[in-house]
Amino acid sequence: MSSMPLAHSAPASMPSRGKVGMICLIGMESWFFAGFIVAYLFYIGKSSTGPQPRDVLDLKPVLVNSAALIASSFTVVAALRKLARDEMGAFKFWMALTILLGGYFIYGTGVEWKGLIEDRHLTISTNLFGTTFYSLVGFHAFHVVVGLLMLTSILILSMLGHINVVRDHMRIELVSWYWHFVDVVWIFVFTTVYIVGMRP
Amino acid sequence: MTTVPAPIHSTSDPRMGLGERLHGWAVSVDHKRLGIMYIAAGLIFFVIAGLEATLMRLQLIAPLNDVLTPQGFNQMFTMHGTTMVFLVGMPVLLGFGNYLIPLMIGARDMAFPRLNAFGLWLFVFGGILLYYSWIGGDGLYGLGGAPDTGWFAYSPLTSKAFSVGHATDYWILGIMVSGFGSMTTAINFIATILCMRCPGMTMMRMPLFVWLMLTVAILVLVALPVLTGAQVMLLLDRFLGAHFFDPQQEGSVILWQHLFWFFGHPEVYILVLPAFGFISEIIPVFSRKVIFGYPLMVAATVSIAFISLGVWAHHMFVIGMPPWLNSLFAASTFLIAVPTGMKMFNWIGTMWGGRIRFDTPMLFATGFLVMFLFGGLTGIMLAVVPFDWQLSDSYFVVGHFHYVLFGGTILAVFAAIFYWFPKAFGRMLSEPMGQWTFWLLMIGLTLVFLPMHMSGILGMPRRVYTYQPGRGFEIWNLISTIGVPFQIAAVLLLVINVVKSLKSGRVAGPDPWDAWTLEWETASPPPSENFRKIPTCTSARPLWDRKHPEDPDSNYE
Ligand code: HEM
Ligand SMILES: [Cu+2]
Repeated sequence: MSSMPLAHSAPASMPSRGKVGMICLIGMESWFFAGFIVAYLFYIGKSSTGPQPRDVLDLKPVLVNSAALIASSFTVVAALRKLARDEMGAFKFWMALTILLGGYFIYGTGVEWKGLIEDRHLTISTNLFGTTFYSLVGFHAFHVVVGLLMLTSILILSMLGHINVVRDHMRIELVSWYWHFVDVVWIFVFTTVYIVGMRP
Repeated sequence: MTTVPAPIHSTSDPRMGLGERLHGWAVSVDHKRLGIMYIAAGLIFFVIAGLEATLMRLQLIAPLNDVLTPQGFNQMFTMHGTTMVFLVGMPVLLGFGNYLIPLMIGARDMAFPRLNAFGLWLFVFGGILLYYSWIGGDGLYGLGGAPDTGWFAYSPLTSKAFSVGHATDYWILGIMVSGFGSMTTAINFIATILCMRCPGMTMMRMPLFVWLMLTVAILVLVALPVLTGAQVMLLLDRFLGAHFFDPQQEGSVILWQHLFWFFGHPEVYILVLPAFGFISEIIPVFSRKVIFGYPLMVAATVSIAFISLGVWAHHMFVIGMPPWLNSLFAASTFLIAVPTGMKMFNWIGTMWGGRIRFDTPMLFATGFLVMFLFGGLTGIMLAVVPFDWQLSDSYFVVGHFHYVLFGGTILAVFAAIFYWFPKAFGRMLSEPMGQWTFWLLMIGLTLVFLPMHMSGILGMPRRVYTYQPGRGFEIWNLISTIGVPFQIAAVLLLVINVVKSLKSGRVAGPDPWDAWTLEWETASPPPSENFRKIPTCTSARPLWDRKHPEDPDSNYE
């Protein structure tokens, strides 16, 4: 195939196509989550049998998880600052920390689900609460995992010395946007499930 | 910025073998080839879905007929509707967007060429997956076949209890996969339009078609994820025993309807806005006048998109919503007719006093105005709640949406094919055959779809595989079926026209219609880098300015 490098260079005054693309992706995903949040709100309090949110959900560990995820948004910003100054060592450190914090969030969700399934006997088919809870929280966790995969690839590439600041700064910044988005969605999910959904 | 490497080999290099040429298409990331493949695949599905419709019309030609079994009839209307919406309308329109947007804004390709190819192939495989259900839908139970739940797949028909086997799963996955393709294409459109315009091409100088595709892309990004989300929920219901749409376990079938139509209504505008785009390009050129009220057209487009997100429950008046909700959705639906009407007037205003040339594209565009107006008016009637209570789920509704989708979108697509074929292939389509196609199609459309309004008013429900004699339905159904051969003839004629003209059509030259937008500045077919030199733009009609340096549009901007 004839490759035409000129096709990819937008005139200087136009917005960057990477940024526009990522904003579109985030907008699109937001509507995805909106569907699941609407379903959750629609079914709050509609289960007449089985465990209810107030009986089985435990706020404390979730708050710790949330703190870890939100902190990871700050560490990824720190990593990008270091990258812009070409301090690769510090960049790798902050990236690793981001991944650890995100990983902890997933671990915490796993522990919460294990408890719910084994001790509280709540599964996706127990009642409407189980149905909406696992699908909304699980869907978000899936996005966190995707974000973690992208961050980990960047870390591995940087450890192999394949990251070039000039060429890759923008790309990594776009991944960080996605990571912030996953974070913001969690704030909505948290509010829906653990605040609105737990009211008596 | 000025030197462009010469393409390694072009499409029509006669020394290349067939295999090599096919391989070239399959691995291509050129927006023009991808656009052509989108349109070609869409037209193949158009023929398939048309055959399904023909079978249904044969079954309904007389009361108590038995061409199809009840089950087979259900599969036919489901596959017909699903195919027409997702595998014909979307890809053909996205295909035109793919082909035209970079050319119209003076760009060399889309913003993300590889993503573009990915989107095309997702759509193709999604379509194959849907049709694979004829083979694989039986699942392990030996039951099923193709999906038979209607294109809007209402629950609980789609639950495990009522959809045994895997037909519904193929429906979900096929639509989901091709939906991902549409979403990636939409992202590509937005990034291309916002970031790749040539020097001087401000937003308010873009051809209206580009504005409409930008709006459509935004609608795709809002509406399709909600459908995908609902389909994920349905998959969870079917495979993991969740209860989203399971009334036995307190789930709500109404929630599916809300989620589906939140997608479904914007979807019908996704299918018609690009048609508005074709019309807005064709009418000025063949009336030899500037489009009337350009800024108003842009404003109307954006407000249509905006309002169309808030009218979805007009598909659900019969479920028993509270009166205030009924009134709200009726009111918002009436509202959407205002910007649509403005567009109508602007098109007519453009034709008014123009030196109109009725070449085939213009014929189809005029046909569009008439048919779409009729469909819009029956739509307004259906937005009147008590009227809808009478006629919802009757053939009147079938008549309404075929007037807007066939009389609107498909006529506009035909106009677009005749208008841009010379650009894509360098040869003109035959004008006499085009005129025949037009009249055959107009007669066919009227014969098939006008009587549906009558049988609907007389009380014939949609989606019934047969009807009793003596209730006044016979004559209308007979006329409907008689119209089918006219449509088949029209489509056949188009196919013959395309095949013949590809070989021996009159050579078109870069600008056969004496048009004004940038795609007509480059050669026909355009070289793979589109423009030897990136064009510039001084007004909304850059080519006019270059052809008439004594009186350029830029003087009036
Ligand atoms: C003035 C504009 C329009 C109005 C007021 C309008 C109104 C309506 C209403 C109220 C219904 C629901 C009828 C029922 O099921 O009881 C309906 C159905 C439908 N309309 Fe429209 N409509 C308009 C334009 C369009 C356009 C432009 C399209 C597509 C290009 C379209 C496509 C459809 C389809 C596909 C359905 C049927 C969906 C189904 O039940 O399968 N409409 N319309
Ligand atoms: Cu609608």
